[in-house]
Amino acid sequence: MNAVVIGCGRVGSAVAKGLAAEGWDVTAVDENEDALLRLGPNWAGGFVIGHGMDTSVLEQAGVGDADAAVVATNGDNTNLVIGQVLQKRYAIGTVVVRVLDPARAKFYAERGLNTVCPTQTAISVLLETVQAGAPSPSAAS
Amino acid sequence: MYVVVAGGGKVGSNSTRSLLEMGHEVTMIEQRPDRFAVLEEEFGSIVMRGDATEISVLERAGIARPPELLLAVTGDDEDNLVIAQIGKEGYRVEKAIARVNDPRNQQHFKLLGIKQTVSATTSILGLVEHEVPAHGLVRLLELQEEGLEIVEVQIEPNSPVAGSRAGGIRLPEGSRLISVFRHGRTELVDDKTVIRPGDQVLAIVQDDAAPDLRKVLLGAR
Repeated sequence: MNAVVIGCGRVGSAVAKGLAAEGWDVTAVDENEDALLRLGPNWAGGFVIGHGMDTSVLEQAGVGDADAAVVATNGDNTNLVIGQVLQKRYAIGTVVVRVLDPARAKFYAERGLNTVCPTQTAISVLLETVQAGAPSPSAAS
Repeated sequence: MYVVVAGGGKVGSNSTRSLLEMGHEVTMIEQRPDRFAVLEEEFGSIVMRGDATEISVLERAGIARPPELLLAVTGDDEDNLVIAQIGKEGYRVEKAIARVNDPRNQQHFKLLGIKQTVSATTSILGLVEHEVPAHGLVRLLELQEEGLEIVEVQIEPNSPVAGSRAGGIRLPEGSRLISVFRHGRTELVDDKTVIRPGDQVLAIVQDDAAPDLRKVLLGAR
């Protein structure tokens, strides 16, 4: 199974390594050559330097026969556009897009894009943790 | 009409000025504090500070009315595409025009349903081609939605069709000759029109037929 990871920062590199450990053939894409360092000295997958908006970069990374793609650059709108391009133009079965803004994540999720919003997750976890650890203010009064 | 302008750079501010002069109602969104301050001084309270790709900011700008026209003219193509998509798909804005800064991104706009785009680079290159035709074929007008292009071809003495009647030329699929311009006069082309060296021929081509038309009219070069 082939996977492409666009954006090889903290999140993208960890996802790439995780997938590779599970036996996926992974190619990572990043504008910055230094991002390769995040994949570690034993990285056996592919690495393409370039911008994910550039279709020649995407094609070099093998989006044409990828089974899955993860889009996690540091720009929400860049991720949203690249994710839709991978879905519509290259018909990749599983496309997951990281979006930090909860409102945009929800908007595009409602329109068929698989978005993951770490901000929303953090908000929920923080709220739940506080509520589980402290008596609710209404009960205390 | 009501217009929301996202992006207050040169394109956004000049469009806003013209729209206001025409008597339209405009709300403009600009993110950068320095630009916002300058714009607010000129345009007053119609300028909002914020990130126009945020849905709450667009809502404050009245995207839900919805505006008759949304101009997504920031300096960032991904931002413009997302702004136009949110307007069209989320709020039924009928007309959204997006600025394409890098012509290579044009294909993404088309793929993702934003058909009306403007690109300064493409327009300028069109003019350059018109003034300095390097390939003998100039793209004058592109009707993207219709998939049609109006092109102009300068016939050279060594052109394979020089001296031929238009009716006898085997044109590529999806192309028609419209007119010839010679000695300061335009003549509509019919089958009997003879194509001569020096003629400027206008043609309409469908989809990607322009290179084939160039080959037929000017030969393979």
